[in-house]
Amino acid sequence: MRYTFLLYSDPAMAAGMTEEDWAESKKVFGEYIGALQEAGVFIDTDWLHPAETATTITLAGGEKRVQDGPFAETKETLGGFFAIEVENLDQALAWAEKCPAVHYGKVEIRSSAMGSV
Amino acid sequence: MSRTDAQVRAEDVARAAYGKLIAMLASRTGDIIAAEDALADAFVAALKTWPERGIPDKPEAWLLTVAKNRRIDQARKDARLVITDEANDMADATAIEPEEAQLDDRLKLLFVCAHPALDEGIRTPLMLQTVLGLEAEQIAKAFLIKPTTMAQRLVRAKKKIKSAGIPFVVPESEAYPERMSAVLEAVYGAYAVDWLDGDGDLSHEAFFLSNILAELAPENPETLGLTALIGFIEARRDARLEGGVLVPVPEQDVDLWDSQLIERSVSILTQAALKRAPKTIPGRFQLEAAIQSVHAARSVTGKTDWRALSQLYQGLMHAYPSIGGAVSRAAVVAEDAGPAEGLKMLEVIDFDGLDTYQPYHAVRAHCLAELGRTAEAAEAYAMAISLCTDRPSKLWLERKIAGLREKMS
Repeated sequence: MRYTFLLYSDPAMAAGMTEEDWAESKKVFGEYIGALQEAGVFIDTDWLHPAETATTITLAGGEKRVQDGPFAETKETLGGFFAIEVENLDQALAWAEKCPAVHYGKVEIRSSAMGSV
Repeated sequence: MSRTDAQVRAEDVARAAYGKLIAMLASRTGDIIAAEDALADAFVAALKTWPERGIPDKPEAWLLTVAKNRRIDQARKDARLVITDEANDMADATAIEPEEAQLDDRLKLLFVCAHPALDEGIRTPLMLQTVLGLEAEQIAKAFLIKPTTMAQRLVRAKKKIKSAGIPFVVPESEAYPERMSAVLEAVYGAYAVDWLDGDGDLSHEAFFLSNILAELAPENPETLGLTALIGFIEARRDARLEGGVLVPVPEQDVDLWDSQLIERSVSILTQAALKRAPKTIPGRFQLEAAIQSVHAARSVTGKTDWRALSQLYQGLMHAYPSIGGAVSRAAVVAEDAGPAEGLKMLEVIDFDGLDTYQPYHAVRAHCLAELGRTAEAAEAYAMAISLCTDRPSKLWLERKIAGLREKMS
């Protein structure tokens, strides 16, 4: 069976991190990924830019609405994910617009922060 | 050359070329913050070098070369800024791109600032800062926001542009209807900032940008609408003030209006109407341009057609209600149907922030004065003065109140 782990944390913690803290964090995550790979259960992972850099798109209600920021928590909850590789946010938005979920819910777009530190 | 001369010249170049240079530096990497840092370093270098070696032939190119070198240094994690004669030589040769490429970079930056993934409220401020080079503090003043808050929001937006991967491109023409409206709002916002109370650099630049946009998207009626609207207002530049005091449009000397620019704006507005799909309501900028065209017609007919204005404002309020439109409509109705009707119109306005909206009190004061309710009028003018943020309007309001006091004594 395939499982998805969703990692939640307080962004305020990251704000106080030093270069050494980041190196340590990379090391422990690296070890964890290594352990998953060794066990043959690893599929994919990603580390995302902060929620405040998110863009949210919906076509629910028939009109396209693009919003700056993460989706505001209402009665909708996370129900799935797609990871895609494109050049920029415009291309990501174009694909998000084609995602079936956009017609009844919201799709939040976050870029990968891999390699940014 | 003295230190101050070089300083003044560097500041002149900085103001005039800031947006151009930021656009050229940022469009390659998508990193506006890094571009700003590099350019700031280049200005520091200019202030140090120019007084000793003289101002280079092409100061913009010099700044660009130093900023580019600085950015490369940064990328190499080398904090030292090396200024050599090479910078001068390189600058004269190849650093500045042809006009067309420069303009293209500026348009890209403009579309980035107006991207739908950025909060609506930050788009105009961001454009004012990056494309037009305004300081965060000036922007905060224009938007009635605390400078620290404005600075934080601007930094956040720039960080988002980089980390979310908003592309530095002029979008495909199919995307214009969707993307253009934010760009137009931002350009109009920029035009308004120093229209009354400034040196006019910004409004000239916004006027220039509106014309470029009209060339870029000649099929978009609202783009033409904005260009016509700014054209009509720009045509009245020399008539808008008299000794630093505001002159209301209906009282301006039409001989001071730029009749060529008015004619051009009329023709652009006509084109906009032709591009519009049949039986659709004109966009906000086209309606506002139509209102200005009625004012402009006074230069030919000798009088203001208040009835036409009243009808246009009714249309504007119906399709695009706003506090500014509501108050202007009441002012026009007061001229067309009398001050009592204008006052009635003011009483039914239902917008948040009306109590602290300066034009509301000014129009109300005018209606009361016309009705002979002098004491109330003076009180309303005093309220308007206390809310006024630009000097020409304040002086005009003070003149009005002085006239009333004379009457009362």
